[in-house]
Amino acid sequence: MATLTHHDAVTAEYLEVSSGTRKTFIWIIIAGVLVLAAGLLIAAFNIGGHHEAAGAAHGAAAAHGGAAEHHGSPIWLKRLIMSLWHSNVFFLGVSVVGTVFLAIQSVAYAGWSVLLRRIMEALGAFVLPGGILLFLIFGLGLINHDIFHWTMPGIMDPKSANFDEIIYGKSGFLNIPFYLIRTAVYVGIWAFFTHKLRQLSLEEDLNGGTEYFHRHINISALFLVLFAVTSSMSAWDWIMSVDVHWFSTMFGWYVFASWWVSGIAAITLCTILLKQAGYLRWVQASHLHDLGKFMFGFSIFWTYVWFSQFMLIWYANLPEESIYFNQRLGGFGGQYTWLFFFNLVINFVFPFLVLMTRDAKRQMIMMKIVSIAILVGHWSDFYLMLMPSTMQENNGYLIEIGVALVFLGAFLILMTKRLSQAPLVPVNHPFLDESLHHTT
Amino acid sequence: MTKRFALGIFDDEDVLLHAVENVRGAGVKIYEVFTPFPIHGIDDVLGIERSRLPIAAFFYGLTGLCFALWLQIYTLGFDWPMIIGGKPHIALPAFIPVSFELTVFFCCHGMVITFYAISKLYPRWKTPVLDVRSTDDKFVVAIELKEGVDLGKVTQLLRANGASEVNEKEMSKF
Repeated sequence: MATLTHHDAVTAEYLEVSSGTRKTFIWIIIAGVLVLAAGLLIAAFNIGGHHEAAGAAHGAAAAHGGAAEHHGSPIWLKRLIMSLWHSNVFFLGVSVVGTVFLAIQSVAYAGWSVLLRRIMEALGAFVLPGGILLFLIFGLGLINHDIFHWTMPGIMDPKSANFDEIIYGKSGFLNIPFYLIRTAVYVGIWAFFTHKLRQLSLEEDLNGGTEYFHRHINISALFLVLFAVTSSMSAWDWIMSVDVHWFSTMFGWYVFASWWVSGIAAITLCTILLKQAGYLRWVQASHLHDLGKFMFGFSIFWTYVWFSQFMLIWYANLPEESIYFNQRLGGFGGQYTWLFFFNLVINFVFPFLVLMTRDAKRQMIMMKIVSIAILVGHWSDFYLMLMPSTMQENNGYLIEIGVALVFLGAFLILMTKRLSQAPLVPVNHPFLDESLHHTT
Repeated sequence: MTKRFALGIFDDEDVLLHAVENVRGAGVKIYEVFTPFPIHGIDDVLGIERSRLPIAAFFYGLTGLCFALWLQIYTLGFDWPMIIGGKPHIALPAFIPVSFELTVFFCCHGMVITFYAISKLYPRWKTPVLDVRSTDDKFVVAIELKEGVDLGKVTQLLRANGASEVNEKEMSKF
C-alpha cells in the first residue's frame, strides 16, 4: 500500500450558516405565510365560487359509511388543519428517514457514506418538533373532527344517530386514548434513537476509538427493528385511518417507500447544496453516484409498491377496496385525476428516465433537479393519500403550498442549526478513509 | 500472426495501478493488463473508453417492452378476445407485469449475447494466456514489442515502477 495516494488529512470543517442563508429561510416562511393567507382569503370568501354543490356531493360520498353526514369546520379551517397534518406527516417522515438511513449505513458496515453521516444526523432535527406538532394538530382536528372521521362522538355508540357498525368493529384499535399512546410510542422511539445515535457520533468526534462505532451498530440494529414496526403502524394511524372504512395491507410499505425515497432525495439535495456552497470538498462524483443509485432504485421500489396496491384492488374490484381509487381517479368531478397521473410521472417516469445513465447520476445539476422533483412529487403523493378522503371535492392548493413552505423553512432552520453544531465530517469515524477513497 | 510481448509481473494491485499510470505517462503503449480479479479504477488509468453496452441494453429493453405490449394487445385484444373478470379486452394494468418481465428478459439476454459477441467469447475459442499466474496471485502488464519498442528500456521502466520480474514471451494466437 506504500504508493497509495493519500488525500490531505481531514480537518474538522464547520458549517457557518450565514445571515444571508438564514434570511432565505425566513423568506421561505414569509412567502409561505403570504401564500397561506391568500389561500385562506380565497377559500373563506369562496372566490371563484365553485363549491355550491358541496353539500350534495358530500352526502353521496358518505353513502359508503351510512350516517357519515356531519358539519365540521368551515372549509378554509378544515383545509388549514388538513394541510398542517399533511405537511407535518411528510416532513416528519423525511426527517426520521435521515436517522434510518444512518442506522442502515452503520449496520451494513458501509464505508462510502461516512462523509455524509452528519447530513443524515441533521435531517433528524425535525423528529421531536414534528412529533410534538403532531399532537397539537391532532388536537386541532379533534375540535370539529376534521381529520379523522372515527373520532366523531357517538360513532361507536349503537344508540347514537351517528353509529357506524364498521367503525364500531375497529374500536378496539381506533380509539383516542390508544391512538395517542401509539403515536407517543412511535414519536418517542424515533426521537430517542435519533438523539442517541447523534450523541454517540458526537462523543466519537471528541474521544475517538472504535468503541462508539460498535455501540452505534448495536443501537442502530435495535432501532431498525423498532422502526420496521412503527413506520408501518404510523402509516395506518396517521394516514390510512382518515379513510376509516377502507384498508390496504400494502399501505405501510407504500408510505414507507414514499418517505424513504424523499428522505434520500433530501440527503442528496442537502449534499449538493453544501457542496455548491463550498463545503464537503471530499465528496466526489462517486458519492453522488451512489446516492443517485439509491434515488433511482427506490423510485422504482415506490412504483412497485404503488402498483402492487393498485393492481390487486383494480383486479379484485371489490367496492369496499376500489372506492379508494374511484375517488382518486375520477371521483369528485375528476378533481384528483390529473394529480393521480402526475404522481406517477414525477415519481416514476421522470427519475427513471433521467437517472438511468451513469453520467446523469454523477452530475450535480441532474441530481439536483431530480431530487427536487422527488421531494415535490412525494409531497403531492401524501396530498393524494390524505385529501380526497377528508376534503373530498373542496380541496385546493394555495393553503397547502403555503403551509408546506412554512414547514420547509422551519425544517431548514432546524436542520442547518444542527448541522452547524458539529464538524461536517465525523473526523474520528474508523471508515472515514474508505469514504475519502470511494470510487464507483 | 506471432507477437512478442514484454510481461511485467506485479505483486500488488496498488503498485500496479501507479505503474500503469507511469508507463503510459512515459509514452509506452500497454497492450493489455491481466489480473486475477477486477481492480477498481484500472479502466480509468488504462484509458479504456466506457462501454456502450448500456445504450444497447436500453434498446433491447425497449424492444422487449414493445414486443410484450404487442403480444398481449394482439392476442387478448384482437386475435382471441376473452372476457376475464369483466375487464376490458385490452386491460393495461394487467399487462404491466408481463411487459416488465419481457423487458427485463430481452434486456438481459441481449446484453449477455452482445457482451459475448464483442468479447469473442464463443464456443471453441481458446483464450491465450500470457502468464498462468495472472489467474492466481500475480498482476501482469503486457506491452507489445513492436518495431521501435526497446525491450531493455521497457524492462527498466517496469522494474523502476515496482515490477517483481519482467519476462519476454511470444504468442501466436493474438
